[in-house]
Amino acid sequence: MQKLLGNKKAIFLFVFPALLLFTVIVIVPIFFSVYYSMLDWDGIAKGTFVGFNNYIRLFQNNTDGFPRTVLNSFILAILSVGIQLPIALTLALILAREVRGEKIFRTIYFIPVIISTVVIGQLWTRIYNPDYGLLNTVLRGIGLESLAGRWLASTEQALGCVFVVIVWQYIGYHMLIMYASAKSISSEIYESALIDGANELTIAMRISIPLMKPIIRVCVIFAVIGSFKSFDLIYVMTGGGPLHATEVPTILMYTSIFAKYRYGYGSAMAIFIIVECLVFTVAIKKLMSKDVME
Amino acid sequence: MKDKKMTRYDLKMDNQTEFYRPLNKTLKKTVSTFIFIALCIFAVIQLFPLYWLMTFSFKDNYEIFGGNVIGLPQVWRVSNYIKALTSGNVLVFLINSVIVTVSTIVITSLLVCTSSYAIVRMKWKLSGVTLVYFLVGMMVPIHATLLPLFMILRKFKLLNSHLAIIIPYVAFALPIGILIMTGFLESIPKELEEAACIDGCSIYKVFGKLILPLMRPAIATISIFTYMSSWNELMFANTFINSDRLKTLTVGIFSMVNENETEWGPIGAGLVIATLPTIIMYIVFSGQVQKSLIMGAVKG
Repeated sequence: MQKLLGNKKAIFLFVFPALLLFTVIVIVPIFFSVYYSMLDWDGIAKGTFVGFNNYIRLFQNNTDGFPRTVLNSFILAILSVGIQLPIALTLALILAREVRGEKIFRTIYFIPVIISTVVIGQLWTRIYNPDYGLLNTVLRGIGLESLAGRWLASTEQALGCVFVVIVWQYIGYHMLIMYASAKSISSEIYESALIDGANELTIAMRISIPLMKPIIRVCVIFAVIGSFKSFDLIYVMTGGGPLHATEVPTILMYTSIFAKYRYGYGSAMAIFIIVECLVFTVAIKKLMSKDVME
Repeated sequence: MKDKKMTRYDLKMDNQTEFYRPLNKTLKKTVSTFIFIALCIFAVIQLFPLYWLMTFSFKDNYEIFGGNVIGLPQVWRVSNYIKALTSGNVLVFLINSVIVTVSTIVITSLLVCTSSYAIVRMKWKLSGVTLVYFLVGMMVPIHATLLPLFMILRKFKLLNSHLAIIIPYVAFALPIGILIMTGFLESIPKELEEAACIDGCSIYKVFGKLILPLMRPAIATISIFTYMSSWNELMFANTFINSDRLKTLTVGIFSMVNENETEWGPIGAGLVIATLPTIIMYIVFSGQVQKSLIMGAVKG
């Protein structure tokens, strides 16, 4: 047995292909990115080393609006945590308490999660279309013409419109994670609380939610990090427009690299996004685990 | 008989000393009806855009833009689908997506199975370190690797080929796959292998004939995961491939829309075609899909 499981050649054959692929494609590029971010480089000529200049330029004497893209991603993060998660939590708590049609609702709410972001982006672009879109047509149809807007074409409304779609797509995901956690709370706890005369609301506030804290924390992290990294949906729906109103760091990174050929500067954005995500993950974990202790 | 029941009921009432119970009960019923209606409304919100997509994929612009916005199509224009599949290239995109996704799933599963087995069961010094090393990969966002990967793929002349996205898809699917598989392997009793060992099997036979079949449930979970990430992926596919012949559905439809914005019907048909496989998979495996994604979330 020992000999069988210690077969060095077999171990090598089993592990090495995965290890090599993973190292070359996932790990090595990060170091490249860090290196690129310190170059002034257009991808064709040889880059010159500029140290941290690219990072400084992200915020000082910035000309391409990077700070505003960061602000946009923060707005998305705050809205996600403040609006999306409470709704998801409410739905999860209701569904976990054995309501009629529990399974069907759960399945329906989850459907948008599995659909490609490109499809969802295209679909909602058409819903928001100011001239022919579903939203304005319906508003006009029921006599609310005054509410019809330019939506994605308006600099003021676009970011909010994008956020609505993010909520629509991902609420089922957060709901399902929280639901699974609420379901895992033993029913005896509920029953004894009910016998003690607690009503459903008190049970949710005093028992379920405190017990679900760890998973809520996961959802907060997902929502925040997801907002910082959001790309697909916005890229498809607005491309960052109109007039940069919905531009987030990833989109600016993408255009900096592949449209403006500012390879070094774009890489600095990429590294900034990673560091930002790491810092916030750690910070949220710290902040929210303190809460759990209390 | 009737009296007896009455007394029992009274007794129960008395026991709980809840005089207001009937009121409470109607209140409770109202609340739960209200909640049920709210849940239904929310379900409609989640489904209606998809219903609208489905119907407008069969309509012409006249109906979509005002003639018949939310009703079922007056004439079911299957021609939209034919147009999307042929002149819109959606058939080509669909085939590409299938090739890329199936290859990714197969290669990922194979690599995950072999490496997880070696990590969990086989005896070597660095197995623990290797596992941690793989798991670190879960924290790497794809944005950070985009440009370097672009350069690497260009160097190896792999840009503009299916491999240009299959390779990164597999690599990025490995960490979560290995996490799920190593967890699963821990739960398989070691005695099985010991018994096989007595029979004098080689390690490859033990793995292929004994362990691999047992891994099936975990492979299913990993496949669902991998399917979702590769079928829907946009950033890599959009960057590493620009020939129309090789584009996957997500990118293909995206560029098709940019080129030909005028007719919504065929575009809607393209979107439906891109979504249908996912929906079918979801209907067939809905429990498994939900479980897989929860697992990914909780462990990640």
